[in-house]
Amino acid sequence: MDLRVASEFRKAIDARGYISSPEELGTYECDGLTNFRVMPLAVLLPSSTEQVQAIVRICHRERIPFVARGSGTGLSGGALPVENGVVISLARMNHILEVDLPNARVVVEPGVINLDVTGQVQPQEYFYAPDPSSQSVCSIGGNVAENSGGAHCLKYGFTTTHVLGLEVVLPDGSLVHLGGKTLDVPGYDLSGVFVGSEGTLGIATKVILRIVKKPECIRTLLAAFPSTNEAGAAVSDIIAAGMLPAAIEMMDNLAIQAAEAAVHANYPSCGGLLLVELDGPVAEVEALMQQVDAICAKNGASEIRVAQSDAERTLVWKGRKAAFAAMGRISPNYIVQDGVIPRTALPQVMSEIVRLSQETGLRVANVFHAGDGNLHPLVLYDRHIPGQEQAAEALSYRILELCIAAGGSITGEHGVGEEKKMMMSKMFSEPDLDTMQRVRCAFDPFQLSNPTKVFPTPRLCGEKPGEYVPHPLETAGLAERF
Amino acid sequence: MIATGTIEERLRSLVGAQHIRPGRAEDVVRGVQPSFVVEPGNERELADVLRSADESGIGVIPRGGATKLSWGNPPRRADLILSTTRLNRVIEHAWADLTVTVESGCTIQKLQETLAQHGQRLALDALWPERATVGGILSSNDTGALRLRFGGLRDLIIGVTLALPDGTLASSGGKVVKNVAGYDLPKLATGALGTLGVITRAIFRLHPLPKSAKSFCFLAKTTEEMQDLVLAIQDSKLAHTSFQALFAGAAAPEAHILFEATEAGLSAQATQLRSLLGQIPAHEVPSRVWNARQELWTQGNTQATILKITLLPADIAKTVSYIENTARSLHVSWHLVVQATGIGWLRLEPAEGLGAMIEELRTELRRGAGSLVVLQCPTELQALDSWGDAGDTLSVMRALKNQLDRHGTLNPGRFVGCI
Repeated sequence: MDLRVASEFRKAIDARGYISSPEELGTYECDGLTNFRVMPLAVLLPSSTEQVQAIVRICHRERIPFVARGSGTGLSGGALPVENGVVISLARMNHILEVDLPNARVVVEPGVINLDVTGQVQPQEYFYAPDPSSQSVCSIGGNVAENSGGAHCLKYGFTTTHVLGLEVVLPDGSLVHLGGKTLDVPGYDLSGVFVGSEGTLGIATKVILRIVKKPECIRTLLAAFPSTNEAGAAVSDIIAAGMLPAAIEMMDNLAIQAAEAAVHANYPSCGGLLLVELDGPVAEVEALMQQVDAICAKNGASEIRVAQSDAERTLVWKGRKAAFAAMGRISPNYIVQDGVIPRTALPQVMSEIVRLSQETGLRVANVFHAGDGNLHPLVLYDRHIPGQEQAAEALSYRILELCIAAGGSITGEHGVGEEKKMMMSKMFSEPDLDTMQRVRCAFDPFQLSNPTKVFPTPRLCGEKPGEYVPHPLETAGLAERF
Repeated sequence: MIATGTIEERLRSLVGAQHIRPGRAEDVVRGVQPSFVVEPGNERELADVLRSADESGIGVIPRGGATKLSWGNPPRRADLILSTTRLNRVIEHAWADLTVTVESGCTIQKLQETLAQHGQRLALDALWPERATVGGILSSNDTGALRLRFGGLRDLIIGVTLALPDGTLASSGGKVVKNVAGYDLPKLATGALGTLGVITRAIFRLHPLPKSAKSFCFLAKTTEEMQDLVLAIQDSKLAHTSFQALFAGAAAPEAHILFEATEAGLSAQATQLRSLLGQIPAHEVPSRVWNARQELWTQGNTQATILKITLLPADIAKTVSYIENTARSLHVSWHLVVQATGIGWLRLEPAEGLGAMIEELRTELRRGAGSLVVLQCPTELQALDSWGDAGDTLSVMRALKNQLDRHGTLNPGRFVGCI
């Protein structure tokens, strides 16, 4: 990097917040998607909104692209550095700034860890609902960028449901406040657009979150089915019965084996395991749990059990949340995929996945958020076998094509990032993508904020971005702009 | 008004002579008389009409059921009413997937009747559902008491197709509830008052109709007592669906709470509510109490001023006292319906002296992070800005408008910051 610019960056933050030695930069060359790696020019660790602004202003002036980074747990390469760019890590901005229990709001800096928000309000029996599996390490800023979900978003919604407002440093360094502490702030729903934009519209420096009162009771049921088909039929029956469980998760035999090996969750051995969690008032939950039990039995569950204690429930969830990492127990390497299908397409898509698995000779383990059709196929392979990594990648993309063909999506919660940007044109038409890019141009005309991500091809925002272009009729004096 | 015949001919060729007519008195939008009303028959036609209008430099007012056309500032120009009335199909009710794809001109009532055939609903209670359309409630972001449990339209919409002034038909989101591919344009279109594009179809997530439901009413002696009750109930483990408080002049504050559950669940909830209220009696009331918001528009004979206010739930008493004191000094009659979400609707009449009161109330609400939007006002208050100051995001909003509606064709001047 230009020495003058490096020195300006250093001045904008304190010396400890500037990383440029190659061995230290190595930590930042990838996120949770480790097969993409790019070395950044430098990593900057601001500790205040003002410092973020100062850095971004320099980037804007010098046209240096930047990538914001939280805990680096993302699984689509969203925090992958870009060539000749800097990484802005928000790890030091990790303070919970305000807890407002009467209004059920918490204001945090972006580096705050997801689970720490719940930790802060747990004594008063509140919790922060979005619960990605990485919640003990992932940051709120990263959750905002990716619109993170989790098992319980079936009932409680996603990050976007729980973010009411944001303080954002725009790609030109200016500071704006999107949304607010109250609902329906007049104007466009900019926080709705910002959440899930994968760091392409600016950097969040404060986040106003909504917290939720803990329900009176939580009951978790495990049901063992011969295969995922019967488990899937039970899910459909639960939904058709008019219930909205807090979570419905499904694991196939391979995923169960891996989770058992890793955390000994005491899962029954079966072809399709269903985990159904209901929460709410005791009388209501007990009445509904009986129905769930009957539905599972009717669909051929060989074993049904309800977690009897908090400890048992925690263990059940530990197995589920550790499922990805547990694949290391049964395979040297694996690809985590994230696709969504309409729930009713599950049997058809599952049988296609089995067919593809047989065709390629690669094992695929399946972990689903079954209630909302979010699949996490895990394609297992050995990178030491020539050609197998490429075959695994190709298989994981073919699974995404199945999702698109079924009317679903290429990502339910991991984001598009670097990994799936080429898939975007399979899911959306050119005009769709072009319209999204126009939104990007409104926030970031010079495409400095996490460029090269999300969209398959960049869009030029025009030579004079943001400026008004007169209508031909105005130029001709036939119409007037008011 | 536009004088040229060319555009009319082009529009006629696009939609057929029977689907274009001159504007009439009932088409007036906040005092501005449109020249034409055009009713395209499908999305492509609608986008083509919009492009023709844009190329001709005329102002377009998208219209659904015309129930909320008074919301927003008077348009700078309103040459063409672009009606969605013929785009009224429920395209696909994927009941087993709990989603519906519907055209924007479909009325809420027709949609709900279709969904009810499979025991489902779009979980919101919009104003005037028999006339209000999907596109209209989305554009005006109109949600009622069910919002407490199910979230707002932004939380229910999962996909949208927009017609842009350059003729583009663009879709975003999709038919699955969980989906983070690309930008969330459904949210951008929600509450944009049709200033960025015309919504031609929407996809919603659905909820099951409740097995059974009961509403209860209780009174408080004072505003402060009601405030305490609202906060106590919100801090409790009751699983209520809706919760609203009514305040008016000297009347005792009144609250309504709705439970939707199994029969067993309902009776347990009622017991818990009563135990929480202690000495204050709660009695069951019919579901029509949930019309209180809509009745603000119909009570009385005068054309009252109606405001949407937002506030933090803990600021209800403070705000009510403020309204009460200023209304008393101005001899203004007032009715407020406020929900536990912190969204309220305030009816004020007569109009004398209201201009200053509304601006002061807006300032007061903004001090507490809230806002005030004028939904309806008599002509003497026509000069009031419907939205108030947009804060530091106005430049971004203008840039968005410029990207999507470069010539300012759609609803010109009606939105925040005269967008």
